[in-house]
Amino acid sequence: MVSTPEAWRVTTRTKASAVFMPLAVAAILAALAAPVFASRAAIQDLFFMLTMLVLAQCWNLLAGYAGLVSVGQQVFVGFGGYAMFALVVLAGLDPLLAILIAGVATTALAVLTAQFVFRLQGAYFAIGTWVVSEVVRLLVAQWTALGGGTGTSLPARAAREMFGVAMASRAFGFRSAQAVDTVCYWLAVVLAAGTIGFIYGLLRARQGLALAAVRDNQEAARAVAVDSHRIKTFVYLAVAFITGLTGALIYVEKARISPNAAFSVLDWTAYVIFIVVIGGIGTIEGPIVGVVVFMILQTMLADYGSWYLLILGVIAIVVMLFARRGLWGLFTERTGIQFFPVRRILVGTPFSTVKEAGAFADQAHQV
Amino acid sequence: MVSFADTLVQGVLLGGLYALFAAGLSLIFGVMRLVNLAHGDLIVLAAFLILSLITALGLNPFVAALIALPIMFALGFVLQLQVLNRTLGPDILPPLLVTFGLSIVIQNGLLEAFSADSRRISVGLLETASLPVGPISIGVMPLLTFLSAVAVIVGLNHLFYRTELGRAFRATSDDKVTASLMGIRPERIFAVATGIAMIVATIAALYLGARANFDPTIGPARLIYAFEAVIIGGLGSLWGTLAGGVIIGVAQTFGAAINPEWQILLGHVAFIAVLLAMPRGLFPRPTD
Repeated sequence: MVSTPEAWRVTTRTKASAVFMPLAVAAILAALAAPVFASRAAIQDLFFMLTMLVLAQCWNLLAGYAGLVSVGQQVFVGFGGYAMFALVVLAGLDPLLAILIAGVATTALAVLTAQFVFRLQGAYFAIGTWVVSEVVRLLVAQWTALGGGTGTSLPARAAREMFGVAMASRAFGFRSAQAVDTVCYWLAVVLAAGTIGFIYGLLRARQGLALAAVRDNQEAARAVAVDSHRIKTFVYLAVAFITGLTGALIYVEKARISPNAAFSVLDWTAYVIFIVVIGGIGTIEGPIVGVVVFMILQTMLADYGSWYLLILGVIAIVVMLFARRGLWGLFTERTGIQFFPVRRILVGTPFSTVKEAGAFADQAHQV
Repeated sequence: MVSFADTLVQGVLLGGLYALFAAGLSLIFGVMRLVNLAHGDLIVLAAFLILSLITALGLNPFVAALIALPIMFALGFVLQLQVLNRTLGPDILPPLLVTFGLSIVIQNGLLEAFSADSRRISVGLLETASLPVGPISIGVMPLLTFLSAVAVIVGLNHLFYRTELGRAFRATSDDKVTASLMGIRPERIFAVATGIAMIVATIAALYLGARANFDPTIGPARLIYAFEAVIIGGLGSLWGTLAGGVIIGVAQTFGAAINPEWQILLGHVAFIAVLLAMPRGLFPRPTD
């Protein structure tokens, strides 16, 4: 109806986000180049940080956007890891290919578990995901070909012959173990950037709006024909795929797997929840801030054993009680800065009050 | 046939222990719709409290548990008033995440205070005493556990449906705003409910500690059985919770009879099977 360039437009871009995008690209390039100048220990720390970031983004998408509070994400990490081990140890596949297939296998598992957990509402969904994770852990512990309850190791040869390792080793003169770490790290950078890109794209698309509508008021969303079950199932499966990939990647790097470690609620869910809550739930920036705080606390409190977890838990409780939007929420409240804005903003200049209303209605339809 | 009956009886008795773990959860959920992920750790905390009273004062375990009751009540009261009340509302995230954080805090606090060693509450000869019933012998401690579970559930039902306080519980649960217009202070009522749940948790802790070894980190593993009992029993139904506990207990003992590694697995499978057949549990409330 209104086609002049001055017409109202709906956008999610802000000044801060426009400045931030080139910075993000530069950060990804710098991260990819890090193995050239950083030590092997630093690369291993960064690998851990990036995989935790991916898990945190996934959990945040589930809990912060889709309203699916899961305490059973470890099932996808563990299953992804075990699927990768099976494909490498039993079928002799290249680990890189095995990671991809493990992601698909984890999604298939999620199709099954969704049949059960989606029957439970709210808090009982959380308990359901936890029970499912325990069931899969106990079943995997019966799998004697992969070491049963005690677990097994990846043949050293398998990781060394992984796609890209020989290349990295030749290009930088790394020993093969270091080259494996480097390739895993690069994969983690790609996975983290891809995950954030995927989530941001999803939230800016129609599906993101549907997701926000369902989160804010499920009944009202259904009244305007948003299929809440479908959008939640999509998010659940997408998160399972990414978490499965991450689990497989983590266990290529670790090269040793056992049911208790791979399905650990502490390592793959508790830390992840703390990262998201402290950083800021329901934002993409939150988990990034959270993972940085998490790494700083871990370094500072490394020598204090269980005090570390105790302090992390207390911080998470205090944040949840007094600053529900986390550290990033506090920052945004004061500055208004958002690097990944998803709020639809109306921009442009109206040229008459009558047309203004018409244009608004027109644009609102297109959202 | 005898071994079948024996397994069944042991399973039912084990179900009593799970029902004891679950009764406190069921009470809290029934009154304020709060899912307390730290309940298992609070039971372990109570077990350590009883153990400390026994070693410090040289008390009989049952007397020590009696002294622990008011302490745990006060802890529950303050916890609800100062922390958990702030999380209640339409959003389910805050209560889940705060109690999850609390669970990690209690576990690690206990690890610092008591180390990771396995402990046990010794109840002397009672530990091994048993009653022969026909061809089956029933352990006195498992029997006491089951009877305590039944007594707790009868007591809670009486409290709910026959007392002034119970009427306040039910009124607040049905409609917090109207209840507060009638002179009820919901925050206080919730604090009393959590205090009572901690009394039940202390009773559960006594049997937990007397029947098996415990250490600071076992809370969540026990909590999961309790949740299963509450959910398959039907949310908020106390007798349903006992039935749920018995189903999990029987499934576990039959699992263990087939293959020791299947004990826990079969309990979870029973939980999933019941929920697939009856998504709202065995005894659901008409509205919820």
